[in-house]
Amino acid sequence: MSTRSLPTTPAFVLRRIGFYVLICAITLFFAVPMLWIASAPFDASPGLGVHWPDWTLENFRKTLEHPYAMHSMVNSLLICVTTAVAVTAFAALASYALSRVRIPGRDALLYGLLLLSSVVTGTAAMVPIFVMMFQLGLIDSRFGVALVMTGGLLPAAIFILKDFVDAVPKSYEESARVFGASTGQILRDVVLPVARPGLATIMVWAFVNSWGNFLVPFLLLRSIDKQPGAVLMQTLTDEGGSVNLQVLPVFSLLFSIPVVVLYLLVNSRYGFRFHGGIKS
Amino acid sequence: MASPSAPVEGVGPARGRPPARDVAGLGVGRALGFVAPAFLLIGAFLIFPALWTIYIGITNYRLTGVEAVSPSIVGLSNYTKALNDALFHNALWLTLLFVLGSAIIGQNILGFTLAWIMRRTRPAVRRTVEAFVLLAWILPSTVVAYLWVAFYDRDGGTLNSLLGTSGTAWLIDYPMACLIVFNTWRGTAFSMMLYSSALQAVPPSQLESARMVGASGWQTLRDVVFPHIRGHVLTNTLLISLWTANDFSPFLLTKGGPNHESETVPVYIYNVALQGGELGYSSAISFLLLIANLLVSLVYLRLLRRRS
Repeated sequence: MSTRSLPTTPAFVLRRIGFYVLICAITLFFAVPMLWIASAPFDASPGLGVHWPDWTLENFRKTLEHPYAMHSMVNSLLICVTTAVAVTAFAALASYALSRVRIPGRDALLYGLLLLSSVVTGTAAMVPIFVMMFQLGLIDSRFGVALVMTGGLLPAAIFILKDFVDAVPKSYEESARVFGASTGQILRDVVLPVARPGLATIMVWAFVNSWGNFLVPFLLLRSIDKQPGAVLMQTLTDEGGSVNLQVLPVFSLLFSIPVVVLYLLVNSRYGFRFHGGIKS
Repeated sequence: MASPSAPVEGVGPARGRPPARDVAGLGVGRALGFVAPAFLLIGAFLIFPALWTIYIGITNYRLTGVEAVSPSIVGLSNYTKALNDALFHNALWLTLLFVLGSAIIGQNILGFTLAWIMRRTRPAVRRTVEAFVLLAWILPSTVVAYLWVAFYDRDGGTLNSLLGTSGTAWLIDYPMACLIVFNTWRGTAFSMMLYSSALQAVPPSQLESARMVGASGWQTLRDVVFPHIRGHVLTNTLLISLWTANDFSPFLLTKGGPNHESETVPVYIYNVALQGGELGYSSAISFLLLIANLLVSLVYLRLLRRRS
């Protein structure tokens, strides 16, 4: 485009202006709703509206002192780290076996997995999951929440990871075998290091997904001191009958940071482009 | 699990890979051992619940207080009840509206427009715009919900300030319109990314010749671009419709209110089950949602197969 000499007819200029107006309009549409989270945390009299803040860090002090706010972050961490580690470990084992060993019915199994991951959603299965956890006595258990999330994320994780493992050259394993490495050594010293980007991506993906999950902990947890951040935000909105406007904006901001940082990290390192459905 | 996430490009068992070589020497026995933990969890937390929905759906299982009364089988009466339940019909209609407005129209058109105009924008502009669109997508859904609650707020909310319409309670007066805009905002990034990669497959020479013969922008889109990306449009529409139909976040903005005006099927399932305690009836509705998901997913997988 830079090599082409630009025409300067009025029609062209008008179209150019229209083009940039369109870009500005779309950008504003996406940016404006974010103004609240950028201004309200620092405002001395925060509301649900957006105005130039009367700068203060008082809200941050209030949030840190809130009996449950920071504690819910710890709950989120506990639940999401457990989920992410379990998803990565079990998906890694399964996808390696499915990639390298011809298990009878493997293709049908993979097809079934892909189908399952899109058919059985949290909302379609909330009643049986609630009843099941109720009867197992796992209501109000953070470990139970992590288990349900792990089960829900595993099919897609196996699918994405298998693609990674398929791409690991088998010749590496063959040469290790020629030098007399055992199965365990091959897995630990050859396959694991090569598949590391895939494993890291899956771990971040599982973490981000469980961090944002509202429905499962909302269904399964009762006591406020076990709630993760996603549910605590809901609790903050009718604490004492009204929205806690000093804590909610700051909490929204702090709660978003881990996800955004992880996304930037993985995106700069490996790129998220290979699969669209990384978070939805 | 509330965020379904299906792989998109070129995946699927039908891809026809060379036969696996078991160079690590696992053997079928040990391989099954590797697969077992994952499949136990999937069996316990996805397959079993899906099957149990069928059973609970034909019982009169109720939740009273914390005590569950032991259920008895009532046949298909939950399903006949659904047929005559005005609130269920309302929920179906609202879900259709939500999917049509925010996914099939909103995210699709905005996502394609962004992908299309971002091709010939300078990188700095493109990166800035994409950063905002992506941020809307990666922020946790509860945070996004409160951004929009604040945006729509009656007193001093951003929308009222912008329009100078102080005192309009958007979420109460126009709840479905609010939800459609909210979900379009939140989900457009996915369509944008999918269409960006799809547009790279359109041969530049064809675009060039369309320009040479003086085709208008619209003609170029319809006759040159669209035939190349038809499969992507269909894939994208199916996926985002599936996600939107199963989305629980309307609950975060409106709880289905006021007076059931924004009660989509997922919110209705929740309200019937955990507010009303009617687990049997809500399971019957859940099963109908599962069937709908299954049909859409089968079409989607068929499409993937044909393309690869």
